[in-house]
Amino acid sequence: MPGNSVLELKNITKSYFGNTVLKGINLSVKPGEIHAVVGENGAGKSTLMNLIFGMPVIHETGGFEGEIFMDGQAVKIDSPRQAMELGIGMVHQEFMLIPGFTVMENIKLNREPTKPNPVSKILGPSMETLDYQAMSHDSKTALEKLGLEIDESAYVSRLPVGYMQFVEIAREIDKKNARLIVFDEPTAVLAESEAEHLIAAMKRLAEQGIAILFITHRLDEVMACSDTITILRDGELVKTLVRKETSVEQIAELMVGRKVERGHLPPRSVEPSDDDIILELKDLTVEMPGERVRGLDLKVRRGEILGIGGLAGQGKVGIANGVMGLYPATGEVIIDGKALKLNDPKAALDARMAFVSEDRRGVGLLLDESVAVNIVLSSVEAQNKFLRRTIIPGVRLLDQKAVREYAMKIIKDLDIRCTGPNQPVRRLSGGNQQKVCLARAFSLQPEILWVSEPTRGIDIGAKQLVLDLLVQFNREYGMTIIMTSSELNELRRICDRIALVYRGKVAGILKPDASDVDFGLMISGKQPVKEVG
Amino acid sequence: MELNMSKIKRLCSPDHLRNFYEKFGLPRLIISLFLLGLFILAFIMKMDLTILLSASLDRIGMNGLLVLAMLPTLVTGVGLNFGLPVGFVCGLVGGVISLEYNLTGFTGLFTAMLCALPLAILTGYLYAALLERVRGQEMMVGTYVGFAVVAGMCIFWLTAPFRNPSMVWAIGGTGVRVTITLYEHYSRILNDFLAFKLFGVTIPTGLLLFFGFFCWLAHLFFRTRTGMAMVATGANPMYAMSSGINVRRMRYISVMLSNTLAAIGAIVYAQSYGFLQLYTAPLYMAFPAVAAALIGGATLKKATVGHIIIGVVLFQTLLTIALPITQTVLQGTDISEIARMIISNGMILYALTRTERG
Repeated sequence: MPGNSVLELKNITKSYFGNTVLKGINLSVKPGEIHAVVGENGAGKSTLMNLIFGMPVIHETGGFEGEIFMDGQAVKIDSPRQAMELGIGMVHQEFMLIPGFTVMENIKLNREPTKPNPVSKILGPSMETLDYQAMSHDSKTALEKLGLEIDESAYVSRLPVGYMQFVEIAREIDKKNARLIVFDEPTAVLAESEAEHLIAAMKRLAEQGIAILFITHRLDEVMACSDTITILRDGELVKTLVRKETSVEQIAELMVGRKVERGHLPPRSVEPSDDDIILELKDLTVEMPGERVRGLDLKVRRGEILGIGGLAGQGKVGIANGVMGLYPATGEVIIDGKALKLNDPKAALDARMAFVSEDRRGVGLLLDESVAVNIVLSSVEAQNKFLRRTIIPGVRLLDQKAVREYAMKIIKDLDIRCTGPNQPVRRLSGGNQQKVCLARAFSLQPEILWVSEPTRGIDIGAKQLVLDLLVQFNREYGMTIIMTSSELNELRRICDRIALVYRGKVAGILKPDASDVDFGLMISGKQPVKEVG
Repeated sequence: MELNMSKIKRLCSPDHLRNFYEKFGLPRLIISLFLLGLFILAFIMKMDLTILLSASLDRIGMNGLLVLAMLPTLVTGVGLNFGLPVGFVCGLVGGVISLEYNLTGFTGLFTAMLCALPLAILTGYLYAALLERVRGQEMMVGTYVGFAVVAGMCIFWLTAPFRNPSMVWAIGGTGVRVTITLYEHYSRILNDFLAFKLFGVTIPTGLLLFFGFFCWLAHLFFRTRTGMAMVATGANPMYAMSSGINVRRMRYISVMLSNTLAAIGAIVYAQSYGFLQLYTAPLYMAFPAVAAALIGGATLKKATVGHIIIGVVLFQTLLTIALPITQTVLQGTDISEIARMIISNGMILYALTRTERG
């Protein structure tokens, strides 16, 4: 094997519970090389990085197949600690810093240089005094390497967000043996100027001979700094390219590209059009942590299936949550010409909207309650259905017979596999739980159905069934469906139009049959080649 | 014979046993076995089991409503209502008002409850408003609210403008006494209603019926729209919110309901005991009720009427029969009070360590 690689991965395969997420990955990084790893959400980037860094999640789920070499030597990385000893550093997407400590305390955390004192002579080295001078000196050196001038004795909590990332990097390069640093979407939370600064710092590190593995989905950054680009898709390594010989368009296409089997969707009597708008969002902002929506405008045609795509963290998930009143929202939501009262889930339900949340177990289900209760409870609460009168006026009890009959019917219609209406939903498989969520929303007989990540965490067969159900709801009951999904492929399969969200706004709307290049570009914030109405 | 054997085999099969064990739960199994052991011990010591059983039934009915008061707050996820004394003193105030007018019999009893009701609802609202501000720490704050209210009520009892000589201090003429007998009013009126003897065991029919009636009401309540909304709120607040339920309102209602049950429970407790105990007596009222609910299998995530009934039966029976037995076993020493403390607090501790947290 080539001896000059810092890190070499050979034939790495990893599966979670029978679900293969990485298939035969080969990858090598040379000293001083910036190696970008790009791919959509779920392509396997994070798993690959966890594997390199020896994160416990890998071993708790049965380890992996394949070999890792460092400097030509086969190594076993079973814990982050071992990874660090081997000279692998990691800069996380979310900051792992202690806000109440100073910059240098964070940089030197748990590796502080110490001085002996009288107490430590008796009680041992754990009682030694911190050598602040040495700490300050080391921190300064590390920060200078990054070309950053900040006061190393400042508290991290007072630093601007952009600087925190640099403190993390400084911590990694301060480790004397740092050879390879993994950057996991480091620019996700940075403003543009900060991102530029970071990329400059990365280049500077590479010049000093440190190898860099750079995970991102921002193609312009990839083009700006990397030497080599590896593209992952669905757990497979699609291609490794040399930056100088490629183009953004090629990367975009490879990232998204796959055959879209757009099934034969049943036709409608009236095709949706811009003349009949059922829902309009104007300047919508939603304060959903990690999925902020920032002044988004969108028009939804009556009777269509509108897809909302985009990468994680760009705000696509926030839209439905904001409109349905689950996260604080501002702006205007107009349904059939009437303004909706925001931040009021009841008002949203009264406006004949229903929502299947992306957080199935957190929002969508009462795990310890029965299938029947899960299906009808929203209808009971929001629409007073399934209640029967009692001899006392005004007191109404749950009509258990009606609930049972209805549940039996919908279990049959949606083919929910369970032992019966009384089985707790916790015992169901992911796909069947998702069907219960759909049944819950369906029971509200909505005109507009919001569906978020309907196929997340369910197996392939069930995915198809869920998508078929959505098409059935749309064609047979005329529901307007707005479906949010990270999987472009599935959006392209059933949607009439697909809106791509970038940085909290609609970057553009594409037809499902638009080219892979257009999708790839728009999803990573590049301007589209052309837009379609 | 063979058929019988196979049946026994099936009943003792690992699957069947595990299923039973999972449903019943380890804590309840241990306590039931301990209880059984105590009964056997009592039998060996030639103690009068009928008296023990009668006393147990008495105490079950007497405490039942106080334990039931734990249910609404548990169901909505507010947690155990450690502020039970808040409702309890409302009941006591109702009781004292009824005494002031010398009302006797069922008139006296129901007047006491009617007077306590608006008070309990009002204080319940204020208490709920406080708990809403300290979300996540309801149980700890509730404990101290309970303590504070009892202390505050001590001042009230001393200065309250009651005039009936049978209950104000003999000297001075203002302020009510520490303990007021209900002997001439409604002492044991529920206990004795339709009471009868079965194999020497006295069955306090009225008392048990009253408790049963409230359990039935609670059971029905959780099938109304509001009741179901409360269950959803406790099981998954986000689900509740996304179903258009006003989560905050449900938490308020649950605290007010719990408070009201505690007030009625206080009156039932007093009539069974035969005395109204004022001043610091309600201070520790919450703990046995909490322990009973937990032992019954209620958790901070899920609680049902069934848990409450099992809990109150197990806990109160154990408490009632453990005392005379320890007394007999350790003859000559006055160990009973100490033993009572150890057993009841030990059980709370045990039950709390058994609590599955979310």
